[in-house]
Amino acid sequence: MYDLIVVGAGPAGLSAALTAYENGLKKILVVERDKEMGGILNQCIHNGFGLHLFKKELTGPEFAGRFIEKIKETDIEIMLDTMVLDMDKNKNVYILNTNGYKKLSAKAIILAMGCRERTRGAIATPGDRGAGVYTAGAAQRYMNMNGYSVGNKVVILGSGDIGLIMARRMTLEGAKVLACIEINPYSAGLRRNIKQCLEDFDIPLYLSHTITDIKCTNNRVSKVIISKVDEAYNIIEGSEIEIKCDTVLLSIGLIPENELSKEADITIDERTKGPVVYENMETSVEGIFCCGNVVQVHDLADNVAMEAKKAAKAACKYILEEKTFVREIKVEANKPITYTIPQKIHLPIEEKVVDISFRTNKVLDKCVIKVTNSNGEVVCKYPREYVIPAELEKINVPVSLIKDEQNSITIYIEED
Amino acid sequence: MYDVIIIGAGVVGCSTAYWLSQYEMSIALLETHNDVANGTTKANSGCMHAGYDPQPGSLMAKYNVEGSLMAKELCEKLDVPYSNDGSLVLAYNQQDRQTLQELYKRGIENGVKELYILDEKETRKLEPLLSEKVVGSLYAKTSAIIDPWQYTIALAEVAVENGVDLKLSNEVKAITKENDIFTITTSKGQYRCKYIINAAGVYSDVVHEMIGEKEFTIIPVRGQYFLLDKNEGEKVHLTLFQCPSKYGKGVAVCPTVHGNMIVGPDAETVQFEDLATTTEALNYIKERSALTMDCINFRDNIRNFAGVRARSDRQDFIIEESKSVKNFYNLAGMASPGLTAACAIGYHVIDWLNTKERFVKKENYKETRKKVRFKDLSFEEKNEMIAKNPAYGRIICRCEQVTEGEILDCFNSPIPPQSIDGIKRRTNAGMGRCQSGFCGEKVAMILKEKLNIEFNEILLDKEGSNILMSKAKEGDY
Repeated sequence: MYDLIVVGAGPAGLSAALTAYENGLKKILVVERDKEMGGILNQCIHNGFGLHLFKKELTGPEFAGRFIEKIKETDIEIMLDTMVLDMDKNKNVYILNTNGYKKLSAKAIILAMGCRERTRGAIATPGDRGAGVYTAGAAQRYMNMNGYSVGNKVVILGSGDIGLIMARRMTLEGAKVLACIEINPYSAGLRRNIKQCLEDFDIPLYLSHTITDIKCTNNRVSKVIISKVDEAYNIIEGSEIEIKCDTVLLSIGLIPENELSKEADITIDERTKGPVVYENMETSVEGIFCCGNVVQVHDLADNVAMEAKKAAKAACKYILEEKTFVREIKVEANKPITYTIPQKIHLPIEEKVVDISFRTNKVLDKCVIKVTNSNGEVVCKYPREYVIPAELEKINVPVSLIKDEQNSITIYIEED
Repeated sequence: MYDVIIIGAGVVGCSTAYWLSQYEMSIALLETHNDVANGTTKANSGCMHAGYDPQPGSLMAKYNVEGSLMAKELCEKLDVPYSNDGSLVLAYNQQDRQTLQELYKRGIENGVKELYILDEKETRKLEPLLSEKVVGSLYAKTSAIIDPWQYTIALAEVAVENGVDLKLSNEVKAITKENDIFTITTSKGQYRCKYIINAAGVYSDVVHEMIGEKEFTIIPVRGQYFLLDKNEGEKVHLTLFQCPSKYGKGVAVCPTVHGNMIVGPDAETVQFEDLATTTEALNYIKERSALTMDCINFRDNIRNFAGVRARSDRQDFIIEESKSVKNFYNLAGMASPGLTAACAIGYHVIDWLNTKERFVKKENYKETRKKVRFKDLSFEEKNEMIAKNPAYGRIICRCEQVTEGEILDCFNSPIPPQSIDGIKRRTNAGMGRCQSGFCGEKVAMILKEKLNIEFNEILLDKEGSNILMSKAKEGDY
């Protein structure tokens, strides 16, 4: 019987395992499906990682390396090339590797499986079905792990960060990136990536546009038709532009991967596609915690690693200490906030503050984020210069202000 | 020189090859593409229709009902996913109810067993999430679903094991005949034979007219689909058709044998084998499907595709010797229910050949095939397999839980895959919710190694669908 099984050895899993070890857990197992630790960081050879956590600009593999080197000094058990096929709410985990198919048990589990990319099907982009359409992450893997380029003349659909990073990467490899097409009137990527990956390379960003047809010649992409959309995302007739290209990269969003969580009857939030979590990253199943992109899609690996620390500390507490809380309250979100993490808060708790993160689906200039109690009284407020969908927003709510709350608190935003 | 050459390795051609390969005769199976099951066969709903739809007395009625009865045992022999959950034709008003009565009568006349007219309550008991508008249904218990490409690949694999020469990437260019011997010229070479079976699908009229007179015309009819995540698949249990009305045949909502939901098709006449999807058609399908189920979450769509059905100008199958060319047999116009009928159509080709000369059954022939599907094995069986071959312990496709062992198995099969989609059709790798975003690269590298090809020769599917274009720059490190 393990104290803790961590599923996934990306930034979330590695940080969680290390924190749990530092907090006194003895028998820790990390299960990783790839042949090495690091997860998606291994293919992110660009820099920009670690600014918050290590006060240094690292590449993805360097960032992962910081954790991997420390883990190697511990007796945390790592199982590589191993896939968790099934899990139940009694914290049994079924693993498959070349040694066999086994059932393992643990006192606590931390889920850190990350997310997957949305595909062409998710947005039903019409047209021919030849080769030349890839998710940006898949193209990144071919490029950075295998050393192959998927195309020469590229159009990027969606302005997610991976797409922006790949716009720069493909350009540096000699490809011509002709356009980045975003259906929203705002970019989905970080401001710094828009600057460093598009503007610095003169790659045009078409906001409020989408691909309305993909044409192939001899079973490979040969052109796309892009069209402008109105505020309700309806295609504006007559706005078509034809772009000759051989490749379409999709960067149209990420989805937390929770098929395994569902096996253990963990409640999933339809808004995030991740588990409903408490302030300590515990899921609806006692003793199963989660962190990183399996919960919500983060902007930065640094934040993933920090969320993992929180989950790991809570898992240690769950195993080693008596629980303090006796009840829970809900965290509600009002438009244009699309969701909050956590969705629930245990009370009473020892912590002084509760971190609440969320995203909006609207660009807001000068505004105030407000927290109200169930009587509608504002308990705290947070002024902001701007709030944008591309950046995860975070507030720290003092527990002293909500400790007597019985039902729920609500987060909303008021524009100045 | 062959006794028989079959043109076209879709489900009809492969079924014909399967059944004929049990006889003492030499057979070649010619196919334009680099794999079998790569045309109409791979792009449909996967429904094995019960047979209440075709007009009594038609070839469609005869072969549909016979095929529907044969399919279950055949799929068991071939180790192909088959699920016999039945179908409903949904009625929305009084007039539809009358149509159901007509379909019921037609079904009985065609020889369909286990047909029932259900009232609203009985209908909802079978399929609880139907839309409010449904008032009754025709329940066909013998209707089933299969995996159409695995079915066709299995038929072809057994045929090849029984000695059929499968000639892939051989597009037929010309056919001549001299002294009762046909010479078929393809993009790769020339083949001679005594009898030709034309199963060229959308191109069967073109192939026939390479040597014969115009006797029929194929009208390509495109149908588009949504394939949804398994989360949505849980909502549907039976194949759900809408009552045909003046507004058309309606779109179907069906489960797949893999657990997904498939929604479609529409029907649109096209000029050529145009497999593009269009916004208009996809919106139409979405809208029409709400009549069946208004709770389908199309955000969980994982793929759209289109198939082109080979409808003939006779509104029926064409199963006959050419009137202008002796010893040339047409199996054409295989629109729906072509997939269902294919096994029965292929089974009876020997009857025609036996009117020409006497062919006897081989002493030894194979009629079965086995396939490892690791996911479906028990705990103990999984461990036994891994002990024998550790590659079964390595998952390549995480969404569909396909192991490296299963992918490697394909390369030892009678028809090794030539493309990433070839592997997908044999193992399900890449068919899941991430649509090969994660495993595509792993599968591509296995393909490269096993076929011993260069990176820029790796194909997604058909010729020309190369996935990689150049090497990344190399530098001094």
